[in-house]
Amino acid sequence: MAATKAPAARPLSPHLQIYKPTLTMTMSIVHRITGVGNYFGTLLLAWWFIAAASPSSYAKFEWFAGSIIGRIILFGYTWSVIHHMLGGIRHLIWDTGRGLGPIEREWLAAANLIGSIAITVLLWIFGLLAMGGPL
Amino acid sequence: MSDTPKHIRTPLSRVRGLGAAHSGTQHFWRQRLTAVANIPLTIAVIVIFIMLLGRNQAAVAQIIGSPVVAVIMLLFVISVTTHMRIGMQVVIEDYVHDEIAKFVLIMANTFFAIAIALTSIYGILKLSFGL
Repeated sequence: MAATKAPAARPLSPHLQIYKPTLTMTMSIVHRITGVGNYFGTLLLAWWFIAAASPSSYAKFEWFAGSIIGRIILFGYTWSVIHHMLGGIRHLIWDTGRGLGPIEREWLAAANLIGSIAITVLLWIFGLLAMGGPL
Repeated sequence: MSDTPKHIRTPLSRVRGLGAAHSGTQHFWRQRLTAVANIPLTIAVIVIFIMLLGRNQAAVAQIIGSPVVAVIMLLFVISVTTHMRIGMQVVIEDYVHDEIAKFVLIMANTFFAIAIALTSIYGILKLSFGL
């Protein structure tokens, strides 16, 4: 009977480090990261709903939302939600079998990124103007 | 006999039980259903949020608690927490290969999603009914 050999170090399937980064690949990864970000962002949403019930707790939320850190987090959360939504629309288009060609998919990936940044900036300009904030 | 079945369950039984996985395309379909629902609901919530900016707590509480806004918020919370629970489960299944860690994280994921959903729903209903 032959002695049991240690399994040979077989090559694994190629992963991220093998491929040259592309825009579509990056947008796929960003879609997942923004999804995870939105997941934890719901903590802020739940806080907001609970805080709205009393003036003192709402004052704490407003203090956070108005602080530099709070604004950076909320700006990032806004972008993350918008980016994931546009990316989701892209996935729904793909689910119909459309938009998968070499030109369309590049166009969709670029539109996803540019659209999410543009919409986020516009929403914040609009929001700060609505508040009569520093703009 | 060459066509001896490898198991004794009938084809109908296997279809009803959805085979060894005990689940089929429910997650796939529910993820798309909630994705579609999230689009108008998220836009509505962003618009409401901008409308509430700079208002005091009493005004915010009154607007969130008003019937149409409260129902939009409740639909949003239910759709979003369902969507995020399924999404995070896929992420966990993709990256966590230790069986016990995976089991614990998927449980924690469900607890988190339900806790967020119920905290938000409680907050919205409290504003609606003024408890």
